[in-house]
Amino acid sequence: MATVTRIQRVVGTAIPLRGNDIDTDRIIPARYLKEPTFARMGDYPFFDERFDAQGKPKPHPFNDPKYCGGSVLFVNKNFGCGSSREHAPQALYRFGIRAIVGESFAAIFAGNCVVMGLPTVTVHERDIAELMRLVESNPQAKFTLDLAARTLACGTGEIVPVELPDSTRTALLEGSWDSTTMLHANLGKVKSRAATLPYMTGFKA
Amino acid sequence: MATSSGRTLYDKVWEFHTVDILPTGQTQLFIGLHLIHEITTAPAFDMLRERGLKVAYPERTFATVDHIVPTDMRTRPFLDSQAEELTRLLENNTRQFGIDFYGVDSDRQGIVHVIGPQLGLTQPGMTLACGDSHTSTHGAFGTLAFGIGTSQVRDVLATQTLAIDKLKVRRINVNGKLAGGVYAKDVILSIIRKLGVAGGKGFAYEYGGAVVDNMNMEERMTVCNMSIEGGALVGYVNPDETTFDYLKGRPFVPQGKGFDRAVAYWKSVTSDQGARYGDVVDLNGAEIEPTVTWGINPGQAVGISEKLPDLSGHSDAAGLKRAYEHMGWQPGAPALGLPINVAFIGSCTNSRISDLRAAARVAKGKKVNPAVRAIVVPGSAEVKKQAEQEGLDKIFTEAGFEWRSAGCSMCLAMNPDKLKGREICASSSNRNFIGRQGSPEGRTILMSPAMVAAAALNGKIVDVREYL
Ligand code: SF4
Repeated sequence: MATVTRIQRVVGTAIPLRGNDIDTDRIIPARYLKEPTFARMGDYPFFDERFDAQGKPKPHPFNDPKYCGGSVLFVNKNFGCGSSREHAPQALYRFGIRAIVGESFAAIFAGNCVVMGLPTVTVHERDIAELMRLVESNPQAKFTLDLAARTLACGTGEIVPVELPDSTRTALLEGSWDSTTMLHANLGKVKSRAATLPYMTGFKA
Repeated sequence: MATSSGRTLYDKVWEFHTVDILPTGQTQLFIGLHLIHEITTAPAFDMLRERGLKVAYPERTFATVDHIVPTDMRTRPFLDSQAEELTRLLENNTRQFGIDFYGVDSDRQGIVHVIGPQLGLTQPGMTLACGDSHTSTHGAFGTLAFGIGTSQVRDVLATQTLAIDKLKVRRINVNGKLAGGVYAKDVILSIIRKLGVAGGKGFAYEYGGAVVDNMNMEERMTVCNMSIEGGALVGYVNPDETTFDYLKGRPFVPQGKGFDRAVAYWKSVTSDQGARYGDVVDLNGAEIEPTVTWGINPGQAVGISEKLPDLSGHSDAAGLKRAYEHMGWQPGAPALGLPINVAFIGSCTNSRISDLRAAARVAKGKKVNPAVRAIVVPGSAEVKKQAEQEGLDKIFTEAGFEWRSAGCSMCLAMNPDKLKGREICASSSNRNFIGRQGSPEGRTILMSPAMVAAAALNGKIVDVREYL
């Protein structure tokens, strides 16, 4: 069984990634889904935007040395839309991202992040614009995401309110984000529920 | 089962399948049917083994190969060693855990979202999950169906349940009547265009109104399929006689008295008259034209008689600018006449028999423009067989289309079917994202299968209504 890891805060420098509707095909091109494990996904996030056909780096925040080591990702609207591939958050996580702060997230992507213990929190459009400006002008700025307090503290002393679903927050804070254990403990109840569903017996009754 | 009025199908099915409210406040939801394929599952089985867990209900999971399989040469081992490896892993995992598997040599093989309904596995009033975002397709049956990630696949395998939060329901009425040459694909592209690619966030979409009521099951699947492109995790249609007629006699549907009992249950889950919705949206079906995308997300779409949109005053001008940069087009250009190099008829959106019939009707007796590479990829082995019985394969091959075996193919280009360089593809699939069809510079124009066929003949975007 997995050990319980409570996620209360994430502290680190940030990477700004501008643009709405950044889909999971862009985060991780489909050809990398041909690998049978997630082990190497950290090598591939935004691969086709970061490298040209000859493998030469292109300008991209993930290639930019000034954001190297950043663990908080700033994004805009509808981040992670499209394909359900968990390879996308896995690639970001394995690259070093430990929290994503944005205007909004696509549903399946956000769900995948929770189960991996990767917080995605939303902030006001005005605030994300300010946060991106701040990190672009001062890449060394440190940020502290505090899930209990629902805040993001910037190095400058400014504090921005963040939002996330209560259930997600509880799961992360209490270390039950890796849901299998919690679900498995209820197998008895699962059985009773299944017994009430007419299709489970082929509508025999 | 409590019966208070004013409830939606979503409310009812959710309640029937609720196992518990978890300490986090999430619902533990029972999953009636779990579909798996070769791409998103291998790590899930590894996680089960690492934790020493079994599959709780192996008889409620079904597996096939679709994403990575070649659609031309089907002999094993596949030429692509990674495709072969993922297929082998799925074969081994399903064997080890006692799960039914339909491989390339099975007459039940096909795209998961095509075979589930076809086999009668997908049924009304059921919850259904699959490690694939287009699981919303199954909502056409009044099924509460949604895509999940790999760790959630692990949870379903281990417990047949998921920890999730409930959505609100938005009712979308498509009223009136569609004009000739306007298809289900045009309806859903219009809905996404109107409500936006993130408009469905937090919602399940319930589709209704005269246009949807009059659709056959395959058309309803096309609509529900692209709910996710509108940001809605779930899309569904209330089951009715059309649904029951479709299901009758299918392999996994009960017969005789069992069928009657099933229909009674299916009817009981439909939304109440006067159900309360989080939001209601009305569209006039008569105003919908054949619709094509011009940009890099499915909401960037126009009617065939329109011009490409202006940047000025647009709420996401930066997004539009990026789309124009990628596509290489100018605001104000007409959609009609945009050039294409490749035509793809296939994908879980539009690869069913009625889609192929509609495309064949346009292609019959004509020739594909010599500058266009055109392929037709049926959604399942069963669709392929049916099409061949009807002679559709001949119509396509005589016109110059390649006729393939079932799979996802150029919808996501994980097999050898890919765009090259800056090629532009008229595609009946669901995503025009940058790089989606296998080339980082490639370009995709989404449209109905009949429109793809017409574009293939002309080497450019035309109005299919002139070819019917
Ligand atoms: S056809 Fe395309 S969208 Fe559908 S399941 Fe296959 S890859 Fe996904």
